[in-house]
Amino acid sequence: MSKNHYRYVLRLGDNALILGQRMTEWCGHSPLLEEDIAMANCALDHVGRARLLLSYAAELEGEGRSEDDLAFVRSDREFENFLLCELPIGDYAFTMARQYLLDTYHYHLFTELVSSSDETLSAIAQKAIKEATYHMDRSRDWVLRLGDGTEESHERMQVALEGMWNYTEELFERDPVDVQMIAEAIGPDPEWLHSKWQADINATIKKATLSVPEKKWSLSGGRNGIHTEAMGHLLSEMQHLQRTYPGLNW
Amino acid sequence: MVVSDSFVNDSIEASASKSRILGVLEKVCDPEIPTLSILDLGILRDVVCHPKHLEVVITPTYCGCPAMKTIEFDVIRALDDAGYKEVKVTMQLAPPWTTDWISKRGRAMLLKEGIAPPVESKDSFGQGIKCPRCASHDVSLISVFGSTACKSLYRCGSCLEPFDYFKCH
Repeated sequence: MSKNHYRYVLRLGDNALILGQRMTEWCGHSPLLEEDIAMANCALDHVGRARLLLSYAAELEGEGRSEDDLAFVRSDREFENFLLCELPIGDYAFTMARQYLLDTYHYHLFTELVSSSDETLSAIAQKAIKEATYHMDRSRDWVLRLGDGTEESHERMQVALEGMWNYTEELFERDPVDVQMIAEAIGPDPEWLHSKWQADINATIKKATLSVPEKKWSLSGGRNGIHTEAMGHLLSEMQHLQRTYPGLNW
Repeated sequence: MVVSDSFVNDSIEASASKSRILGVLEKVCDPEIPTLSILDLGILRDVVCHPKHLEVVITPTYCGCPAMKTIEFDVIRALDDAGYKEVKVTMQLAPPWTTDWISKRGRAMLLKEGIAPPVESKDSFGQGIKCPRCASHDVSLISVFGSTACKSLYRCGSCLEPFDYFKCH
């Protein structure tokens, strides 16, 4: 086991956990009852995925930490999720645009991880790909409905895409962790994922009568623990109970 | 050693009574669908008799299924009541659970509970679904996501009742 292997799995787990936490914020606040249920269902899938990945990461680390230790008592500088996952939920257009960009990313990622040389990661991917597929179908539907909807919904979806576009390059960065994972046939090449992802996203944006935003600049750092201002606030809520009453059990 | 001898005896006895163990597990049900046993749901993957303990292998339906922990406790409690004191429940992810593993009896139980059982083919989402109350095929989807992650919400056009459909997975 290597430190890079641990960090690779940790990053996957952190993405699932932080995005899942953001999704739960809609619980009880969604625009429609059916959407409220759908969002909570999908959030549960993400948190479940995070549990599998963080338990495995803790096992790889081998320092006696548990999934709960990783989720509830790490500081923001120790989380390695994409910045895109932690951005505040915004309006429903922003939320669904982000879901779509990340669901499509996860769909292609898990499709590849099914044949990972890491058997545990492959087993998790076989489980997760089923869910990632229907998550993507749902969020794509919303991008199409809002993009090709009313003047206002179209405008809001376009603004949402513009607002998050500069965070998307981080999804496909390649650092020594990725290089080692590619070499060991554990994970796919981010560049390859990028081409699959871009093709799907472009097709949907076009179908939704929206335009692909222009990339003016790029923000990254989440994978090395350098986060946006939003991250600390998210953690303060998510970790509140364990920080206040350490070790408390349900 | 006397102790290990007694464990060997236990082991022989345990393997001989595998059907008895399955009989106990048959009474452990999904907490969200209390008439459906873990055998009928297809989440019980294996029972292994080790020299010192019994291992029950289960698989989750969905990554985030909140019922798994309860099911684990229920398995341990049911076997404890039946005299099996050393039980370990392990989670197996691959191959991933599919609704194809729900038994014929399980499908009948779902229908009895007012939940339309999954239609075999995954490629024909929503086709072939019948209203669990009046058996009409005149049904329409309200929401892909229903009361739990594994169900969708439908409406019957004949009796006008809404119902849950256990979706293919």
